[in-house]
Amino acid sequence: MGAHPHVGAGVLRNEDPQLLTGRAIFVDDVHLAGTLHAAFLRSDFAHGRLLSVDTSAAKRREGVIAVYTAEDLGDYWCHGPLLVPPPPIAGLTFNTATLVPLARDRVVHVGEPIAVVVAESRYIAEDALEDIVVDIEPLPVVVGLEEALAPDSPVIHEALGTNVAAHVVQQKGDYEAARGDAHTVVSRKFSYDRGVAGAIENRGILADWNARNEELTVWDTTQAPIPIRNGLAERLGLLQSQVRVVAPFLGGGFGPKMMMFYPEELLIPWISMRLERPVKWIEDRAESFFATTNERLQLHEAELAVDSEGRILGVKDVFLHDSGAYDPYGITVPINTQCTLLGPYRVPNYYSEFTAVFTNKTIVTPVRGAGRQHGVFVMERLLDFAAKELGIDRVEIRKRNFLTPDEFPHDHEILFQDSAPLVYDSGDYLPAMEKAAEMIGYRKFLDEEQPKARAEGRRLGLGIVSYVEGTGIGPYEGARVSVEPSGKVQLATGVGTQGQGHFTTFAQIVADQLGVDVTDVHVVTGDTREFSWGTGTFASRGIVVAGSACHEAAIVVRKRILSVASEALEAAEDDLELADGVVRVKGSDLSISLGELAVRANPLRGAVAAGAEPGLEATSYFGPARGTTASGVHAMIVEIDPETLEVSIQRYVVVHDCGRLVNPVIVDGQIHGGVAHGIGNAFFEELVYDDQGQLLNASFMDYLLPTATDVPHMEVAHVETPSPLNPLGVKGVGEAGAIPVGALYAQALEDALQGAVEIREIPLSPGRLFDLVQDAEADS
Amino acid sequence: MDRYTTATLRVNGQDLQVVFPTHHTLLEVLREECGLTGTKHGCELGECGTCTVLVDGEPVLSCLALTAEMEGRSIETVEGLQDGNELHPLQAAFADLGAAQCGYCTPGMLMTATALLAENDDPSADEIRTALAGNLCRCTGYHKIIEAVEWAAGVVRGDAGAGPAREVLFGSSVPGEGS
Repeated sequence: MGAHPHVGAGVLRNEDPQLLTGRAIFVDDVHLAGTLHAAFLRSDFAHGRLLSVDTSAAKRREGVIAVYTAEDLGDYWCHGPLLVPPPPIAGLTFNTATLVPLARDRVVHVGEPIAVVVAESRYIAEDALEDIVVDIEPLPVVVGLEEALAPDSPVIHEALGTNVAAHVVQQKGDYEAARGDAHTVVSRKFSYDRGVAGAIENRGILADWNARNEELTVWDTTQAPIPIRNGLAERLGLLQSQVRVVAPFLGGGFGPKMMMFYPEELLIPWISMRLERPVKWIEDRAESFFATTNERLQLHEAELAVDSEGRILGVKDVFLHDSGAYDPYGITVPINTQCTLLGPYRVPNYYSEFTAVFTNKTIVTPVRGAGRQHGVFVMERLLDFAAKELGIDRVEIRKRNFLTPDEFPHDHEILFQDSAPLVYDSGDYLPAMEKAAEMIGYRKFLDEEQPKARAEGRRLGLGIVSYVEGTGIGPYEGARVSVEPSGKVQLATGVGTQGQGHFTTFAQIVADQLGVDVTDVHVVTGDTREFSWGTGTFASRGIVVAGSACHEAAIVVRKRILSVASEALEAAEDDLELADGVVRVKGSDLSISLGELAVRANPLRGAVAAGAEPGLEATSYFGPARGTTASGVHAMIVEIDPETLEVSIQRYVVVHDCGRLVNPVIVDGQIHGGVAHGIGNAFFEELVYDDQGQLLNASFMDYLLPTATDVPHMEVAHVETPSPLNPLGVKGVGEAGAIPVGALYAQALEDALQGAVEIREIPLSPGRLFDLVQDAEADS
Repeated sequence: MDRYTTATLRVNGQDLQVVFPTHHTLLEVLREECGLTGTKHGCELGECGTCTVLVDGEPVLSCLALTAEMEGRSIETVEGLQDGNELHPLQAAFADLGAAQCGYCTPGMLMTATALLAENDDPSADEIRTALAGNLCRCTGYHKIIEAVEWAAGVVRGDAGAGPAREVLFGSSVPGEGS
């Protein structure tokens, strides 16, 4: 064992004994006596004037305790916060339209809540929804992005006078001049659509106002319990110390469970305070399609200017982005698109312009990848088309344009979602590409396997694409490490956890510093009573920001341990070592356990030196100046059935770089899940809206998540370029797998179809492929 | 108001006398009346497989099963899988391979896999995929779940040679050995 026996090892997960035996507590597993149950009446119309809501019959139903509409909320009714203000980009337009707790005079998307019923059971509450009479005067509906911007389009937010949510131009160099020098310019239009997060656990909230203690406890399926605690305290006129938000085990997050201040999140605690009873709301699956945020369409018009060797001279991209009915999360998703498009490539001139558009659909906020998919798709497709036009191999054109290790840190001269300059901290792209090409057998496939298969009438295709991912952004996270008299270590941090393995990876980091077993580090996350400062789990930042805070706190505690032990053992600190839960004088059997040291550090008698703190405990914070850049290459081989255009994945290879791996088993699992989400996005999942803004497939029977028979075995390898921006050298990995899969499918399917079609859209399906092939045949 | 039914349910080998609203599903009664919240729900429409339990050894979606019809039948949930402190081979394999992430679909996966192994103790990867096709997971991409079921099958068979490849146990990058 080296200096870091735990970090880097695929140790067993601390959380598994609870999760695998059914003991782990999720929000809906918390049962409090006397709990009331809430159900929401939601708009059936995508756009309309709310003329009246009559709740009298619902209130008369036996078992109904209360019914609230916007009018009943009094001062509590107001627009929610703008969660992420846009970065300070010159010339930026941003029009704010944040959520309201219940619709008051207008509904702007199907599923927007209008009233809430609170009853003795969920059954009664749902039945009572049928008793409510709502009068909505339908208004013309805004569905399409281009239509939304037409001069005669209906306007969703009248006060704004426009459906433009944001307009942003970011550029570097002079694209038009570069275009003038180009040997070849490739121009295309692209459409890239995405779908739901699809966490298997729906959202849920249980609020319990204790009127005697004047304390509010809220169990919430949130990725960001501390911001929710802070916001609830502010809105409810309570001290933060009176509000405890607990995000226990969560059944997946993937973005939409962030600090959204959803209507339900604001209302259930308020109702609990009014009724002085615990109140629970658990979202159902249909609601999750309408009322939980998702991600959707962008339309791009893009071009790539290259020299005769395929070297990139510049990229221009102008796109529309669907914001949905409100934009509480600012421009995070489209700005991620803008910044991720550049990929691992040297792009000397870049012009990127986007318009985010309000539509009468569910709100768009980040979902695993958060707009990065769209950008990667555009860039990778443009490179594929340029390679074809110039007769250059697709791997070769990428290699020619990769940034090289001596070019880091690399400043792209535009701003990222965190308002910091988009600067890649580190990376090494060529070895990842070579490794992926080798693993998938690139040359052999093209030279032997594919021609042989074609001769047999089989259609095999290969795809290979690259991407980078900005991860681990600020502002900060914190951690508190305490050694207890039992010798066990308590580690508390503020981020929520939704399956990333934080109970293990954070423990590994601390265990290395303190010389204890990983299982002796007890991790608490997502409980504001245990840790009060921080933001949350999003943007692939948990291990980078919270993990680094754990590391820093553990170093301080280690120093304190050595100081107390030095006195106890009458030995110099340099002569001491920490291992196996004891401090030992090197080369002797003189030792003292951490538990005994914890007692000594917190004496019941005697004096503590002035300025000294009791206990073996420290709290540290880590705030990176900017995010760290992960990257990867995915490759796959597909076979297409020539009759049905059904696609089967024969091999799937990932070479990924997330810097130093804290737990390779957990990292691989994160990548596997991301890829599966990406496969869903590319080939199975699509939110189908009609021209009235009605979602036509709001169930898992109609909206297809990939199943165990759809996701292939994956071969994963790593290159490790440690990040210089944090003490562990780590980069985020939670979203990575999902990002390049659309681009990968497009290239592989085109290859399999022998150039019969050009793919400029995602998602695909056998039906859509059939249409594309038919259209191409009709054209030729 | 609700009509109630009294019934004796045999859950994880124990007879439990429960009183429940007659229209309540097995999922609801397990979670609310029996206090067995290990069984989760993801849709309550029979679409996601999360609530799978075994009834007389067969996987059943507890969100679609009426409790009133369960008297006299043997119900098994995730809470009954382990033997004392000893994890069931499937649970152990899930832990060893990192096959659970958020852990929410995991109980349903474990129960479906239990039924599979009872029927076929040497399933191929494709047979495992087919058996689990009704259990949705959004975290894992099913990769490690399938490996875990394969491994657990070997343990159940008593096949001493059964075991996953090294990279399955330790991840694809072994520290200190380069990449």
